[in-house]
Amino acid sequence: MSLKIAELEVGDALPERTHTPTNVSLFLYNAAVWNPHRIHYDAPYTTEVERHPAIVIDGPLQGDWLAQCVTNWLGDSGALERFNYSNRRATYLGETLTSGGRIGAIDPITRIVTLELWVKNAVGEVMSPGGATVRLNA
Amino acid sequence: MASLLTDEHRAWIGHAEPPITVEVSRRDIVKYSIATEQVLDKYLRGDEAPPMFIFNLFGALRSIAELRADGLPRGRGAGPKLPLQRVMAGGTELIQHRPIRPGDRLIGTHRIVDMYEKQGSQGPLIFTVRSLKVDDPYGEPVLEEIQTSIAR
Repeated sequence: MSLKIAELEVGDALPERTHTPTNVSLFLYNAAVWNPHRIHYDAPYTTEVERHPAIVIDGPLQGDWLAQCVTNWLGDSGALERFNYSNRRATYLGETLTSGGRIGAIDPITRIVTLELWVKNAVGEVMSPGGATVRLNA
Repeated sequence: MASLLTDEHRAWIGHAEPPITVEVSRRDIVKYSIATEQVLDKYLRGDEAPPMFIFNLFGALRSIAELRADGLPRGRGAGPKLPLQRVMAGGTELIQHRPIRPGDRLIGTHRIVDMYEKQGSQGPLIFTVRSLKVDDPYGEPVLEEIQTSIAR
């Protein structure tokens, strides 16, 4: 489906997606980004030494989910120009998190759309807010 | 509250690391795309890298002997030694001039642009803000990133 600037409205929701990381998915992610920090794979160290309640889900992985929220919605209809996210609160293995967003602003002249993004926990608290600007082709 | 950051720490603001050159492989893009459960074919085939593929792409590669007990690199390679040692990623701002593609030869330069303290709910926090400028070998910009790490 191709997005067109004239067919979008401020407040339109981006498709949500749930994420439930596992030990295996976190291992693969940290291997792919070459991150040896033990709080992402060593449960006894994480709880006993760093005093987290459980293995920590990587903040940049949640940033990736927010970027995916944009790129999956955008498809080939334009280009991601700016993206940001902030890792406000720690999240832990065993949690199910939901990524989503909505259109915050539309400039029909430049065809730039500003997006508000978030990762929420199971009770709807925003754990990682973010934002993006995309430029549509048409 | 006494400041945890000294003049020696703050002297690192503005410090640039030597440029690092990275050659991007299709296989690395595919690995990243699988690990992050991408759904678009262009990422899963490795034709193009997802935007957050940039995370740690220019991170220093250290021997196992150079890692601390928590797994993170020891020493001053990417900045001063901080009085708080437990470090987490804080966030990213990314300007993407074009996507990263397999075969790209990229030159990235890190610079420390700010260091500051805040009082968190469980104690003091030190924020280190680094910029990363990524160009191709012809000097054309590929992306710019501002990344914040938090020590607690």
